[in-house]
Amino acid sequence: MNYFLQRFGRLFVIWLPLVWLILFFMLPLIEMINVSFSEAKRAVPPYNPAFQFGPDGISFQPVADNYLLIYKYWEDYLWPAINSIRLAFFSTLYCLLLAYPMAWWIARSNKPLQHILLILVLMPFWTSSLLRMYALIGLLNPNGFINDILIWAGFIVTPIQMMQTDFSIYSGMVLSYLPLMILPLYASLVRLDSSIIEAAADLGARKLDIFKTIILPLSVPGIIAGCLLVFIPAVGEFVIPALLGGPEQLMLGKVIWTEFFRNRDWPVAAAIAIILIAIIILPIVYARYQDKEGIS
Amino acid sequence: MAPFICIKDISKKYGNLSAVDNVSFNLDKGELFSLLGPSGCGKTTLLRILAGFETTTNGSFEIDGVNMTNVDPADRPVNIMFQNYALFPHMTVFENICYGLRRTSLSKSEINSRVEELLELVRLSGMSKRKPKTLSGGQKQRVALARALARRPKLLLLDEPLAALDKKLRSETQFELCKIQEQLGTTFIVVTHDQEEAMTLSTRIGVMNDGKLIQLGTPKEIYEQPQTTFVADFVGEISFFEAVVKERKNTHWLLQAAVPIHVSSDFNLVVGQKVKLALRPEKIMLTSKPTGKINEFQVDIVDWAFFGAGTQYRVIGPEDVKLKLYQSHNQPSQSHVPTLKTGFVNFSPEAIIILQR
Amino acid sequence: MRYDVPLLAKLLAIVGFGILYIPVMIMMIYSFNSSKLVAVWAGFSAKWYRELWTDDILLSALYKSLLIGISSSTISTFFGLFIAIAFVRFSAFRGRLTLSLVASAPLVMPEAVTGLSMLLLFIAMETTFGWPSGRGLDTIMIAHATFGMCFAAVVIQTRLRDMDRYLEEAARDLGERQPFVFISITLPLIFPSIIAAWLLSFTLSFDDLVIASFVSGPGSSTLPIVIFSKIRLGVSPEINAIATLMILTISAMVLMGSVLMLRREDRKNPTQL
Repeated sequence: MNYFLQRFGRLFVIWLPLVWLILFFMLPLIEMINVSFSEAKRAVPPYNPAFQFGPDGISFQPVADNYLLIYKYWEDYLWPAINSIRLAFFSTLYCLLLAYPMAWWIARSNKPLQHILLILVLMPFWTSSLLRMYALIGLLNPNGFINDILIWAGFIVTPIQMMQTDFSIYSGMVLSYLPLMILPLYASLVRLDSSIIEAAADLGARKLDIFKTIILPLSVPGIIAGCLLVFIPAVGEFVIPALLGGPEQLMLGKVIWTEFFRNRDWPVAAAIAIILIAIIILPIVYARYQDKEGIS
Repeated sequence: MAPFICIKDISKKYGNLSAVDNVSFNLDKGELFSLLGPSGCGKTTLLRILAGFETTTNGSFEIDGVNMTNVDPADRPVNIMFQNYALFPHMTVFENICYGLRRTSLSKSEINSRVEELLELVRLSGMSKRKPKTLSGGQKQRVALARALARRPKLLLLDEPLAALDKKLRSETQFELCKIQEQLGTTFIVVTHDQEEAMTLSTRIGVMNDGKLIQLGTPKEIYEQPQTTFVADFVGEISFFEAVVKERKNTHWLLQAAVPIHVSSDFNLVVGQKVKLALRPEKIMLTSKPTGKINEFQVDIVDWAFFGAGTQYRVIGPEDVKLKLYQSHNQPSQSHVPTLKTGFVNFSPEAIIILQR
Repeated sequence: MRYDVPLLAKLLAIVGFGILYIPVMIMMIYSFNSSKLVAVWAGFSAKWYRELWTDDILLSALYKSLLIGISSSTISTFFGLFIAIAFVRFSAFRGRLTLSLVASAPLVMPEAVTGLSMLLLFIAMETTFGWPSGRGLDTIMIAHATFGMCFAAVVIQTRLRDMDRYLEEAARDLGERQPFVFISITLPLIFPSIIAAWLLSFTLSFDDLVIASFVSGPGSSTLPIVIFSKIRLGVSPEINAIATLMILTISAMVLMGSVLMLRREDRKNPTQL
């Protein structure tokens, strides 16, 4: 009796989530591939599925039209793709530059201060990114807080255009993703044994030297983890380019949205989504490879 | 001539707490000195002060007549071997050892030959390309030693150098460490809580407790002439009992404990003085019949434990005097006698230690 | 010796914290501005908070968001717990690779892709089986539960891995049988992580705009969708007020949770978060 209970329990525990995830995660992706090879038409739904089974049997007629369309109007699609990579890359870089000293400071602080600083990092991590982006708009708007202050202080006469620029995108990305960069960096820096730093000092290394030869190389796993955690969602970001960016800051996440909701071209939206997945897989594979090399 | 290493009145206070309390001692060149004490006695703090990682509240530290008290760790001719070895995990054995050398004016070829020499010294030639995590505990210890020796320090500090090794390896490494130290003639200060380790390794031992240096001497002096109860108790096995000084006989002092006890006339005692006596287990003889020797009385045997080379007994004499004693099995007549319920003990007057505190 | 963090690094760190906090703080201050004009400070007033209670659209969106959040995060936590147990406690089983793939891929999938693909599936299912008929709260809930369980699994897995296995073995040695060992020993020990997993999937669901926008139908707009459409019209003191309320609520919860967690960690192992 007990044996069967255990046996059944085991199957239950494995297969329940497995079936759910195959059904609601794998299958949607497969369907998305299907739609990306389908023919667009003016109907509900607005496409003719490439693979179909219905009352009149199974039919399979893939068309590459959507990918050809993306290729043909590459300025409209490739450019946002490059833009996504560019904006995500520099956002990741800025996050790293700010997060490293923060994580370092937290890791080297004594207990009470360390706890306070960690909580200060965790609170924005848990609060809605949408609301924080909204708060940022209030700062950057032409009639927002910063321009108000600057005009009031007499530094400028007309407001500076900060919204819909790369600057606003980077501010939004940093505000949104900074905690995701700090946490893995902190984890790798706090693990660093202080006797290793002392050993380096004992062997004649100066502060900058210790940082370059000991602290920085030993925090590489944290740097890689943090960069992935920021870069991946940043590439596919929708809210930030939608709220803070202009036409110059078009990113793939927003293009998918526009194709889908405004142009109602679902097959093209699906094809762009697949391109976006391809962009994301590359850094993950790279990080896996680095991990195998055995940095940690 | 000024001593090679001169540690004078060093104190370290954390608020009201004294981690190191007015410690002073001098070392000659080439000594292997041990700081022995229980955990939390301040020995590691003292070591870290000498390495330069902790500041002192008070006192000075000189090497070869040069004051080191406020010199940066990087500039001290002092290197330390950490208890956990603190090998740089992202560097190979070679890179670990030459880390210190790269920060000197040595040329590349000089560095290479120096590293080769060190690898030879610690018997790790051919391992130079390995990463620390692929090494065994003993190998890591030797890399740490080579790394600390690389810059030819005038003083090498070793923080519990053998604590992370297993028992068998420990005794082997002990002798190797001594050999290397003798070969190089570098002055070593070893911090340890293991009295056996301190005894076998060092030329001199400093016993510390509560931040103070309590006694300093050769291993033999520390063992045979401990000055305080703490030192006597911490180093080796020992039994204590109280006595009152009765009278001076021509060759001995006669003391009255539960039984009359004769002690060496070398001690400065006053009649009527209360003293604390201590006896090492191996200095006491146990026999089944009275022998008529001096300092002899009857005891009940409470407990015994067989050690192979000898047997340890716990016995109770008159007025509940508890003694530990150890009988070596080097003679057939003295071999293990567990059948005894009672017996007689005797010890020579010279075996008795009188403790001042 | 403590390798002190250089002053420059500390200054940069303070700038970082400033970026994280200043925008939100200014927004909070302006939520008490009595003027409709956002840029002009016209005196202290709580009237925008009072007006929130009369905004039916906002209130019904809040209700829907809470409903979806609670139900989806409950599913997420259960399934996440199952996934964690399967990975940490079952050594080898058929489907392990597949499960590890489908349980980790949603973590890195852009929201727009997840949302789009789910919507396409729901539509395909509707045309094939007739279910789900249209999109509404149920489809949002399914979508949120799907990615929420992957995050929940990560949180619980970490804790389960850190747990001393000897405790379970001790219980079995003392005569407890397997499913009950889990209930009497394992579950109480990993309970904090289960709470954390629930809270994480709840906030993910409650804050989600993109996926919900794809899989919601008419009349099932959640709070972020409503706020997003309001934000597109521009900054308004009313949004300041609701954003302030939401951020303060979440922050208070995080504060309490972190204080409890950090205290526990302090006694145990200070190095892990």
